[in-house]
Amino acid sequence: MIRAPAFLSGLGRFYIGLVLVFLYLPLIIMAAMSFNASPFYQLPFEGTTEWYAALAQNDGLIAATLNSLKIAVMTTILATVLGTAASLALFRYEFRGKRVLQALLFPPIAIPWLISGTAMLIFFFGTGIGRGLHAILLGHVALALPYVIIVVSARLQTFSKDLEDAAASLGASSWQTTRKVTLPCIAPGIVAGGLFAFAVSFDQFVVSYFLATPGQTTLPVEIYAAIRKGFTPEINAVSTIIIVFSMSLMLVVSRFFRFGGDQ
Amino acid sequence: MARVEVQNVSLTFGAHKAVDDVSIAFEDGGFYALLGPSGSGKTTLLRMIAGFEFPDEGSIRIDGEAVENVPVNRRRIGMVFQNYALFPNMSVEANVAFGLEVRGETGEAVRRAVAEALDLVQLGALAKRRPHQLSGGQRQRVALARAIVTKPRVLLLDEPLSALDKALRTDMQVELKRIQREVGVTTIFVTHDQDEALSISDRIGILKDGRIVQEGAPEEIYDRPKSEFAATFLGEANILSGEVSGGRLQLDATTAIALPQGTNAAPGRLRCAIRPERVRIAAAPTGVNGDRAGQLRGTVVRRLFSGSASTYFVDCTGREMKAIVQRGGGADIVVGSPVALDWDPADLIPLPAA
Ligand SMILES: Nc1ncnc2c1ncn2[C@@H]1O[C@H](COP(=O)(O)OP(=O)(O)OP(=O)(O)O)[C@@H](O)[C@H]1O
Ligand SMILES: [Mg+2]
Repeated sequence: MIRAPAFLSGLGRFYIGLVLVFLYLPLIIMAAMSFNASPFYQLPFEGTTEWYAALAQNDGLIAATLNSLKIAVMTTILATVLGTAASLALFRYEFRGKRVLQALLFPPIAIPWLISGTAMLIFFFGTGIGRGLHAILLGHVALALPYVIIVVSARLQTFSKDLEDAAASLGASSWQTTRKVTLPCIAPGIVAGGLFAFAVSFDQFVVSYFLATPGQTTLPVEIYAAIRKGFTPEINAVSTIIIVFSMSLMLVVSRFFRFGGDQ
Repeated sequence: MARVEVQNVSLTFGAHKAVDDVSIAFEDGGFYALLGPSGSGKTTLLRMIAGFEFPDEGSIRIDGEAVENVPVNRRRIGMVFQNYALFPNMSVEANVAFGLEVRGETGEAVRRAVAEALDLVQLGALAKRRPHQLSGGQRQRVALARAIVTKPRVLLLDEPLSALDKALRTDMQVELKRIQREVGVTTIFVTHDQDEALSISDRIGILKDGRIVQEGAPEEIYDRPKSEFAATFLGEANILSGEVSGGRLQLDATTAIALPQGTNAAPGRLRCAIRPERVRIAAAPTGVNGDRAGQLRGTVVRRLFSGSASTYFVDCTGREMKAIVQRGGGADIVVGSPVALDWDPADLIPLPAA
């Protein structure tokens, strides 16, 4: 490793510190306020779990949270399976229109969700798919798919085709090769792709907002609706729970797969 | 273990004929080297024998069975790749067991076969390691054990030693040869290293532009190359060309050399090769001419010392000749000195017109 000169190293630390402050300070304040008795962020801090108790009574918020989790988990599974299969096909086979297909995978990422959402609403309405949780799931899978394909394909770039050839030369069928060699080797990419899919779905507000129906909404949509009615610290409480849950998930997964490191 | 027969096989990539009407037979238990410059089609030919590529034309038979349309995983071959291609997600043991397990074998039989194969390559002690914890030479041994544990009909190796440094490479050549003898599997070894081909194989096939230019035992090709390409690609050679007249080769207006006894070359142009180690070099006094001992006269322009021998580059009126002299085999000749070059006419190899 090359050591940086002292002043640069100091500067670097200051910079990283700054980034961490901007990333985490708002979250920490929010978490702290979820335990503060004053609903108006007033200090001095007075500890309470009243908002968590209130949250437990808020059926709408709880139902929306469960919907969000269900949709995020299903999106993750569907998008990861479909995306991985698509990446493998793009990696292994040459076919007509492959280049065009690959090129078409990227633009949807750059299209504002507001526009994707509107387009989906019109399309789902026109085709009779309609609105509701099933429509939200469909939309989320469509949004998440390109992310999975890009991440898994990137991982496949570092995967040597010789490994598949070696497996075949040893008598393995194409499915045995996939299951015992290819998938284990690109597992970190698949997991990363899955995390992206989870995040795209769990964070999704715009598209969900368009496709939700009053009884059937997701957490971001429900929070937005609640804030419009008037802010309550229950929002802080539910957000804190989500933050702790999401961050634990990410930490566990990234420790487990040691991203970037050689396994 | 099997005989492999390649007959009139061609494969074209786009407009480029990578393998062009190749016919060659690999006898049961033989150790063959396919030698040729980069792009000559060695890998393509090997991959067709393996079943990764399928010939446009021609047939490939393993033990008499036509396999040209059988996919690789059903050909019962073993292959070793240049970059080892060990499965990084498995231990050494699991890598070697892979070929047996995908065939549905389990339990004690697999364990025993794996242990045996690892002992054969002398890696029994490292069975639990992961590939990234091994050295290059060790990885190549694992790859070899993995390829032979399934008792393949033919073992195919594509430049398996080219990623190793020279000393290790020589060790591995000896090792590979020993293992091949022990197992007795028909082996086809692709290389572009002529020394490797010479030292390791029973027979060599030389490829050029997708065609086999000569096939034979190493000594045979070395001593009797059939083309200038074979002569210069396998070992070094001085090429002399001239007009045949009266049993001699007239190089130019004033110089003629004797042809080997019994050469019945038709009058006309002829090219001959002579190995540098067959050329004797002696200091020649300046100004003396017509000395019958010297076939050619010239001046030393360069000397390359390589430890056990020296290579002299001699300019014979515009024609550069190389002569290799073993250390201690003659007086020191310095750059710039006039010399006479001489050889036994029997060592001159007439090359058929290309
Ligand atoms: N998949 C392919 N598509 C197009 N051309 C190819 C393909 N594979 C090989 N070729 C071409 O076929 C020719 C023979 O290639 P091959 O890999 O067999 O050469 P080689 O003798 O193994 O060379 P090297 O010593 O460099 O490995 C080359 O000109 C190469 O560019
Ligand atoms: Mg090659």
